[in-house]
Parts: sequence; C-alpha cells; structure tokens
Amino acid sequence: MNLDTAAGPVLYLDGVTVSFDGFKALDSLSLIVEPGELRCIIGPNGAGKTTMMDVITGKTRPDAGEAHFGNHNDLTRLSEPEIARAGIGRKFQKPTIFRNHTVFENLEVALKTDKRVFPTVGARPSPEQEARIDEVLELIGLRRKADQKADLLSHGEKQWLEIGMLLVQDPKLLLLDEPVAGMSDEETARTGELLRSLAGRHSLVVVEHDMHFVESIARKVTVLHEGRLLAEGTLEAVRTDSRVIDVYLGR
Amino acid sequence: MTAVTRRLLDLRFWPAPRAGARASGIPESRRMLWIVLGAWLLLAVGVPILHLAVPASSALHLGAYAVTLGGKILCYATVALAMDLVWGYAGILSLGHGVFFALGGYAMGMYLMRAIGTDGVYGSTLPDFMVFLDWKQLPWYWHGSDSFLQQALLVVLAPALLAFVFGWFAFRSRIKGVYFSIITQALTYAFMLLFFRNQTGFGGNNGFTDFKRILGFPLASPRTRAVLFSLSATLLVLSLLGCRLLVRSKFGRVLTAIRDAEDRVRFCGYDPVGFKLFAWTLSAAICGIAGALYVPQVGIINPSEMSPANSVEIAIWVAVGGRGTLLGPILGAALINGAKSWLTVVAPEAWLFALGLLFIVVTRWLPDGVLGLFRRAQK
Repeated sequence: MNLDTAAGPVLYLDGVTVSFDGFKALDSLSLIVEPGELRCIIGPNGAGKTTMMDVITGKTRPDAGEAHFGNHNDLTRLSEPEIARAGIGRKFQKPTIFRNHTVFENLEVALKTDKRVFPTVGARPSPEQEARIDEVLELIGLRRKADQKADLLSHGEKQWLEIGMLLVQDPKLLLLDEPVAGMSDEETARTGELLRSLAGRHSLVVVEHDMHFVESIARKVTVLHEGRLLAEGTLEAVRTDSRVIDVYLGR
Repeated sequence: MTAVTRRLLDLRFWPAPRAGARASGIPESRRMLWIVLGAWLLLAVGVPILHLAVPASSALHLGAYAVTLGGKILCYATVALAMDLVWGYAGILSLGHGVFFALGGYAMGMYLMRAIGTDGVYGSTLPDFMVFLDWKQLPWYWHGSDSFLQQALLVVLAPALLAFVFGWFAFRSRIKGVYFSIITQALTYAFMLLFFRNQTGFGGNNGFTDFKRILGFPLASPRTRAVLFSLSATLLVLSLLGCRLLVRSKFGRVLTAIRDAEDRVRFCGYDPVGFKLFAWTLSAAICGIAGALYVPQVGIINPSEMSPANSVEIAIWVAVGGRGTLLGPILGAALINGAKSWLTVVAPEAWLFALGLLFIVVTRWLPDGVLGLFRRAQK
C-alpha cells in the first residue's frame, strides 16, 4: 500500500473521544504529525497516551472524532493487521518479542511480505529480504547475535529488537511507548541516537516519561492531560507554560 | 518419485533457515528423516511379517492381541501428534479432541455397519440397532453410507467442518486459554450426550459393533489385521512428516510466535485467526483419520470415546511426552497406553492413581516431558 501524504500530514486525529464507562480516556483530542517528524508525547499517568496509541493502531475504536493515516486510510475502520500492513508500527512498553525464536527469525516473521496463511507456508526470505534484515540487524546493533534465542538478550537489546521488528515492516509511522524504560544510561543514549537517525525516513511518535531522554531527542513536544491536549511546541516553550508546570513538571 | 516425495526429501524443506544452524541443522534433520523412514519400515513391513509369516510356535511370532493393541496405540499416537500441533506449537489447549477422533470413527463405523449386509442378528439390510428400534428404513443422513468412498470423505470432512466452524467463532472472538479449553470440553460433552440418544440414529450408548468386513475383506482375518496395522503406521509417519514440514516452515514460526506473543503478531500485520484456524482444522482432520483406522481394529465405536475424560487423557499423553516436540507426544501416547493395557490387567484399580501420579510428576518435575528428560541427559 502506498501512503499518499502529498497533501498533508502522516497522522491526523481530530476530536477523538474515547470513554470507558463514562470516564473519558480521550476527550476531543486532536493531533497532527507531519512526514519525517519526531514527536514526543508526555503527560502524567492516565493522561490518555496509551489510549491514543490504541486508537491509532485500531485496538480501540473512538466514540467520536476522526483518525486518518495519510489521505486514504481511515483508522477507525481498518483492523489491527490492516493498519500494521498500511505502515504503522507499534512498540509496546514491555518488550514484546518472540522469545523462543532467534533474533533473525524474529525479524523474518516481522518482515514486510505477503502475510496471508498459505503464502506463508512455503515462504523463505529472498536475497533482497535477507539483505534488508541484515541492514536492520546492523542498525539495531544485533548482527552478532542474529542466531541467538531472543529470550537470552538483555532488556535493552530486546527493546532494540522490537524496534527492528517494526523497521523491517518499512513503516511510515512508528509509535514507541516508553522505549527507554528500564534501560541503562548507555543504552538510553544509543536508543536516542537510533531514533534520531530514523526521523526523516520515518515519522516517529514517542511516549516517554524520562525528561532527560525527551530533551535529548525532542524537536516538538505534545503534552496530554486528562485526555486533552494541554500544550504543544518546542520543549522550551512547553516547559515554561504555566498550565504544564501545574499538572506535570511542577510536581 | 512423485513430486511430493521429492519435496519431502528436498533438504531445503528440512530445518535450518539460518547461518548458525545451517552447518549442523541439515545433517541432523536428514538423519531424523532416515530414522523416521526406518521406523516406518520396521512397523509397516516388519510387524505384518512377524504376524503373518512367522509361525505361531516361534518366539518371534506376534499374536492378534499384540498387533491389534499396537495398531490402536499407533492411532492414539497420531491423535497425540495432531494435538501437539495445536497445543505445543500454537498454544491452544483443546480438552475436546476426542470428538474429532470419534467423528472420524463414526463415519467409518457407518460404512462398516452397512458392510455387515444381512449377516446381522436379525438378518435385515438395516443395521441391528435400527431393527431393534423398529425403524423401517434408513434415516436420510445414512444415505449412501454403503459407499466406502463417501464415508472415507466424511472421515475427514465431518471433523474438519466441525473444527472449522467452532474454531472460526472461537478464534474470531479471541477466546483463549482456559476459556477455550473449557468450551472444547463442553463441545465434546454435548456431542457425547447427542450420540447417547437412540433417536440420533448412531446406535445410542452401544454405538456400532459386530463389524464383519471392510471392502470385502473379513476383519477377523490376520491379513486384514496386518494391513490395518500397516496403514496406521503409515498414517502416523505421514502425519509426523507433514507436521514437521509445517512447523519448520515460516508458517510454523508464525504459529509459535502467536503462542508466545499474539499481540505482536497482529501488529506485525498477520491475522492470527487464519493461522490458528488452519492448524486447528488440520489437527481435527488428522484425528478423524486416526479414528477411522481405530474403529475397524478395535471393532467398536461408542459415545464414551467423546467423554471429557478421554480428551483430557489425550492432553496427558502430550504433556508426558513433551509439548512442542512432535516426537514426544508419540512417545507419550505409546508409553501411557502400553502401561495402561499392562496395568489394567495386572491391577485394574491402580490405573487411575498411576495416571494421576504420573501427571503430577510430569507437571512438577518434567515440564518438557519424557523427551525433555532425554535431551537433558544427552547434554
């Protein structure tokens, strides 16, 4: 599927509202992400960050509002696998990888290719696909561990593998939920480097609590609070915003 | 060589998709292929020779009891293998696999009942139980059941269709884990109750028995017995090779991926429903064929095959042998059923205690089953 972004943003949310038993997890949220942008989303617990990702990936259907991916993909209508195939990759907070497969096999399964049942039975990676996997292995720094069982990787390596699994799908938009949670300082720095190198080729939306990390990668920051957009702008502008100080940074 | 055999022998279809494993993996799998083919020869050719050609006076002679018991165990082993495909590889624990086995058995049983002809107790063209119920003609769903070909198709289609419809609803609704297991248990129980009714038209609680012949060959003859045994061995080996091909393919890797992290598979762009449904339906079809070979060998099929306890026992074979290994469940089925037929003769009241104890020992100390124990000992 080709993503037509000629006339605008990669991701377009307008007035998205989600309620669970009367509680509004998202309250008329609007968000626009441009091609190649690296956007950080911050906000206290319960601000609606995860629900927003659920809406974008089709896991949760909004009660009201629009959600579009490029010009032709209505995210409120497509199923989760369809959205994934359209080019949205999502990294969970807890590393979610196939622990009994090798690193290579994890990437092989994730690889962008025909994902229907019967074509999968006889499928083997073509030389181009193997090259693509190798390229991603290099990028996430796991080439030497390609044949190792994923379960044996360190926490940080698992996070990178998961990012790699998104990359082999050639996503237009990457959603990353707290990608550096539980990482050492060195791993955090390497992850920041990796994400910065991905911006431009992909659009990235990063949900993060670690302000130092946000500082190191952010160009534009969106602050959510109680399901609403509280502030948006450069990190500096957001930091000095009095409403933001009240609900989040000032604590 | 046919195209299929060529494909099976083509080493690229045997494991090792990747460098590190490439060096050691292929010879290992080739050895495995030869071992499997050797075992098949031994069983499918060796046993009939020992039964038919070796005189009864010889110590090497295999009697009717041993051959029938062996054939029965081969059918059980095939069921265990099919169960492993869904439980071990896709993480779907079925506690109702007995229903698929029994449906295949009943489909074959219908043919065998019709093949009795007028040799039954009442000398009627109708099966005895229908005469007993004072039925004057065959119910519509017995139409054409005297055709072996039609019933052979039903052996596969009946369990596969049930599995497909049931699986489609269950997997689409994302029913997983214990909830799925409990529903499968209810499924087999409901079918058992249905088949217990005389009005259902499948012989009620007595089921089908007193079979005389299959395709004109008398079931009591040693030759027929030997052929049925060979067919059971062939079915087991073909199912093993087929399942092995499948789990070693990318399909198998996606299946295990679903077992380990279904959400991630979905976000990778796969719809897990189709993958589960294919493995599930295939598993049911294999069970159906095993049931069809089981019935002429043991000479009876009745609703007790659908009792929940029977299906639980299948799960125990797999757990004891070792989940997710294909070979393990075969071993487990053979060990437990061998022990069962010995113990129920020596000390009948002890069997259920022994089975329970075994289950505790395996779940507590042998999470990878007997095969896991072997592998640990090898290292």
